[in-house]
Amino acid sequence: MKKKQSSLVDRVPNWMWLLLSFLAAMLLWYILSIIPKTSRAFPNQFVVLSSIATMIQRGVLHTDIGSSLISAGAGYAFGFIIALPVAILMAWYRPVKYIIEPWIQFIRNIPPLAYVPLIVIAAGVGRRPQIIVITIATFLIMCVTIYQGVVNVDETLIKAARVLGANDKDIFARVIAPATLPFILTAVRLGASVALTTLIAAESTGASAGLGMRIRSLNSNFETAPMLLYIIIIGIIGITVEKIIKTLERRLTGWQEKREI
Amino acid sequence: MAGEARDIKLRIDNVKKVFDGRGGEMVALNGVSMDILDNEFICVVGPSGCGKSTLLNIIAGLSEPTSGAVYCNGKEVQGTGTERGVVFQQYALFPWLTVRKNVMFALEMRGVKGKEAQEEAMTYLKMVDLEKFADHYPKELSGGMKQRVAIARAYAAKPEVLLMDEPFGALDAQTRTQLQTELIATWEKEKKTCFFITHDVDEAILLAQRVVIMSARPGRIKEIVPIDIPHPRNQETKMTPRFMELKNHIWGQVYQEYLEVRK
Repeated sequence: MKKKQSSLVDRVPNWMWLLLSFLAAMLLWYILSIIPKTSRAFPNQFVVLSSIATMIQRGVLHTDIGSSLISAGAGYAFGFIIALPVAILMAWYRPVKYIIEPWIQFIRNIPPLAYVPLIVIAAGVGRRPQIIVITIATFLIMCVTIYQGVVNVDETLIKAARVLGANDKDIFARVIAPATLPFILTAVRLGASVALTTLIAAESTGASAGLGMRIRSLNSNFETAPMLLYIIIIGIIGITVEKIIKTLERRLTGWQEKREI
Repeated sequence: MAGEARDIKLRIDNVKKVFDGRGGEMVALNGVSMDILDNEFICVVGPSGCGKSTLLNIIAGLSEPTSGAVYCNGKEVQGTGTERGVVFQQYALFPWLTVRKNVMFALEMRGVKGKEAQEEAMTYLKMVDLEKFADHYPKELSGGMKQRVAIARAYAAKPEVLLMDEPFGALDAQTRTQLQTELIATWEKEKKTCFFITHDVDEAILLAQRVVIMSARPGRIKEIVPIDIPHPRNQETKMTPRFMELKNHIWGQVYQEYLEVRK
């Protein structure tokens, strides 16, 4: 690959681009806040920032964040704990796959908000239905991803281990587990993102606190500044979690020939 | 060495392999029998689809014959065994392990642990001249280097028989020649029974003591050609009249089979 000359685009460092991107977003936001049509939905940065104080005064900011993190975290953890063995069973026993995979494909396309009422009727209100909704949503995405990983383990590597004298236990622990790790980490990353995107649906179950629940309740009073604040908080949590998992991925699976999405 | 009675290492006894495919049964191998002596270097040539790899997999114990059997040291082969090592065309290195740890995998499987395994791994890496790359990951190596690691790993398992399935097939011509030379040198130093599949006739003659020509589907042994070119051999061996003569003969036989496949 021959480059004619290092263009301006290449010479600007990544962090600079990130800063530019941020500033552009701020500018766009500010413009939205002065256009009469959109100004109600998008109050400017100062108004939104000052709503932090309002929400703290009301004593809800930290309980909302805490509640959401507990629900999302617990649901996500359960989702993972169930997805891992189910994915492995699906990959190893075809009957299990033939029965369960269509269910997963079917439910995956249904927005969680649609089945929330059923879960509330079955599990009551409170923390439990929130965790169940997030468990279902994260399980689906993680199960599919991990399954792909176990199925795609290079057959030759298993053969190579076998001819070197590996037994089934060695093959599982020393070949299948490390070969699947990149997919597991991808699943963990996608799962985290789904846990957050499902939050609103999960907290529409009659929750008493939570970022998603609060956004809905602020909506009824047209309090757009704290709403926007909460939306941004969800975004910040999402990007932070993703960054942490990506760092983990680089650490643990740097041996890969190519990186996936 | 002269006059020394050599034991039979591998006996392939009337092996037949039938695959059930969509279009009905496919006979991959039919009535394949031969004895391979201790420390003998056998090369198998034949057109694609003649069942060479199937035969190797059966000897390795990775696949079962439909009928017939393979015996190693007089014992019927059932499943894989560490006395039979395999080098695959696609290297099959564990990408998450460094070069040294790939070799250590073989050592650990036969019970060598810890520091001892680390040191012993280095001797195998020296054998293939890669000790400098001990702590690199496979992705950082070229194809030829990867295959040398795979060979070192196969040796580290201390097999009595080395089964090689077109190990140089994916390499460029130069690397290929280099690895051939290294392989003969290694074999001349430390004799081992080798069963080497290739479709490169030159490679077969250069390496083998006997070349097995296989016929197109169903795979059978068409002819076994003893290679009476004395060792040590090297790339110049390819220029000798005897080499040319053998090459003409074997190539002719293989070519007939290619035509057979195309029909």
